[in-house]
Amino acid sequence: MAIRDETRMLLDSMTRLFEDKSTKQVIDRAETGEFASSLWDVVAETGVPLAALPESAGGADAEWSDLYAVLRVAGRFSVPLPLAETMLAGWVASSAGLELSDGAMTVGPVIGSDRLSLVRDGNGWLLSGKASRIPYASHVARTVLIADGPDGEMAVALDGTGDAEVTPGKNIANESRDTLVFTRARLAADAVGSLGRGVSRGGLYRRGALARATMMSGALERAMDLAVGYAQERVQFGRPISKFQVVQQNLAVLAGQTAAAVAAANLGIEALGKADAEHETFLIGVAKTRVGEAATLACEIAHQVHGAIGFTKEYALQLSTRRLWSWREEFGSDPEWAARVGSFACANGADGLWEMLTS
Amino acid sequence: MATPMFRFDPVELPPEALVLRAEVRDFLKEHQHLMGFSKSSFNRDFSRAMGKRGWIGMTWPKQYGGQERSAFERYVLIEEMLAAGAPLSAHYISDRQSGPNILRYGTEEQKQFFCPKIVAGELTFCIGMSEPNSGSDVSATRTRALKVDGGYKINGSKLWTSNAHRSDYAILFCKMTGGGYDETDRHAGATQFLLEMKTPGVDVRPVLNLLGEHHFNEIFLTDVFVPDDRLLGKEGNGWNQLTSELAFERSAPDRFLVLFQMLREMVRMAGPTPDKATAAALGKLISQLATLRSMSLSIAGMLHEGLQPNNESAVVKDLGTRYEQDIPVVARQLFPTEPELEAVETYVSMIARSTMNAPRLSIQGGTREILRGIIARGLGLR
Repeated sequence: MAIRDETRMLLDSMTRLFEDKSTKQVIDRAETGEFASSLWDVVAETGVPLAALPESAGGADAEWSDLYAVLRVAGRFSVPLPLAETMLAGWVASSAGLELSDGAMTVGPVIGSDRLSLVRDGNGWLLSGKASRIPYASHVARTVLIADGPDGEMAVALDGTGDAEVTPGKNIANESRDTLVFTRARLAADAVGSLGRGVSRGGLYRRGALARATMMSGALERAMDLAVGYAQERVQFGRPISKFQVVQQNLAVLAGQTAAAVAAANLGIEALGKADAEHETFLIGVAKTRVGEAATLACEIAHQVHGAIGFTKEYALQLSTRRLWSWREEFGSDPEWAARVGSFACANGADGLWEMLTS
Repeated sequence: MATPMFRFDPVELPPEALVLRAEVRDFLKEHQHLMGFSKSSFNRDFSRAMGKRGWIGMTWPKQYGGQERSAFERYVLIEEMLAAGAPLSAHYISDRQSGPNILRYGTEEQKQFFCPKIVAGELTFCIGMSEPNSGSDVSATRTRALKVDGGYKINGSKLWTSNAHRSDYAILFCKMTGGGYDETDRHAGATQFLLEMKTPGVDVRPVLNLLGEHHFNEIFLTDVFVPDDRLLGKEGNGWNQLTSELAFERSAPDRFLVLFQMLREMVRMAGPTPDKATAAALGKLISQLATLRSMSLSIAGMLHEGLQPNNESAVVKDLGTRYEQDIPVVARQLFPTEPELEAVETYVSMIARSTMNAPRLSIQGGTREILRGIIARGLGLR
């Protein structure tokens, strides 16, 4: 259970980096639609975005659990970059032997019902279909997509967004979420590859959901830190509001929900690569469901404790809460994942429930 | 970050715990007829059978009858027993807190006398703590001990004492009268005794709960003599001893597994292909349970490392009781029925029992408000 030294060092250095560089000014500016390129350059220099890849592919054979731990820290500091997306794009593209980019990447589909299809066209391919709400698509150097080919799912890597018709959009944290439509877009043969073992659209969706759950657990830590700190500074009726029992009780609930969110995200992370696909789905579902529940309760309390100041653009709390309200819906909302967890349990049967929880 | 965060690092169970899990499941199959939601939770024979397997006091030193097994093995044993609805009452308090309290503060003679009997499943303890005017405010205790020749004379009363009528001993919490303790210090003079329940002057009377069942008792203590060698720990050190005893109490997984059988019944009723709303409601409960279990396992890990996870235990108990109180609420929405305690249908009687039991969950072992106060203190707010 002890955290490995190298993990601790990685987290400490990434915490320092994000604390230093992902400032409110940088985030505010990114929210106007300008990509945070200097921040990206610093993060890219650490090697973290592609660290999970094998050394032969330019990575560092890093543990996914360590990289997810970094995502939690990124969530804590509202890092306005497609960091999780680049990690996952690298995972998909490298499994298919496709060329990666040094720059930021994004990945899709991120909506469960979106479908892309590939048909042969001489030596190359034609790509059709829609991929909605692709994070930072307008800003990235490369978009990696999973599409249905004639013999199953395949990976596609595009320079920028290729020939997609792009409709810009954003979530309520003003992170870009762009819709890409492909109409028989012509692709060269080397832009398409067969997915490696263990990589699939479902797997991407699961890892995406876990990325959001993990980032949310970090954002919750931040919201809690702000609320506890503010309550100790804000004086009303002649004493800090943290001295009022009713405020203490609310902060205790906030702390419990935050701790549960971190623990739930860790359950999903532990499942990665160890459990079979079904069990991985179950545990990641548990993570997204429980973290989503925590986010809803915790945002309410964090704002209540802050009073009016927390409702301003000036004060930092909203950077975390608007992301929590966005991320809880992305890669499947908590009710959607809860239904998946429940269906899985029911299909498995009442008498298998305990075994499912303890295996 | 400036704020202290409660850490629940993930834990992986060691192989010996997995071996034990299989053994416990076999044992539970043999005793299937004793399991169940509405069966009596007090069964001396079952406790003796567990004792024979070395499953009571299993983490204790061998010289006092224990097995020196790990906190993880104990965790697995307890969670299997609770999930199956095994009758643990005859030894549960002894195993969870009285024994550990004696091992920590008792004399050599006390350890030799009590621990092997507990381990054999032969000795039931109750917790002599609450009183009519001392519930959450334990320091308001009015039961008084007076030093007399060869021992102590105790007068007062206890209330809400579960299982007192079936217990051999109580760990009695009281305050010294006289002895020069500072009366303005709320914790001064607090002292614990190992009280044999059949001592003259001990009068146990039932207090029926709202289900009409007899678990609670009132204990009247009139000039009860306790010999010197049944003082637990040090005179005046009772507050510290009690605090560590309650930490044992709150770190157990029993705060969220008591209603597991009902959750399982709800999954059964939903059938293999439930509609989306039903699946989501069950999935939310299952996600809460899986998370609680992982947090509780993490606490076992902290205990294993010799830490005292008091704040973390309070967090798990607070979240755990919320989850258990939600189960009958969700159940009545998904599968409406008029509740009836004696109904033949398992689910109907379960919803009756769990609905009526729900208020107790966030009161016993520290009210929700007290637990949140502990958490707030852990956050540095008080």
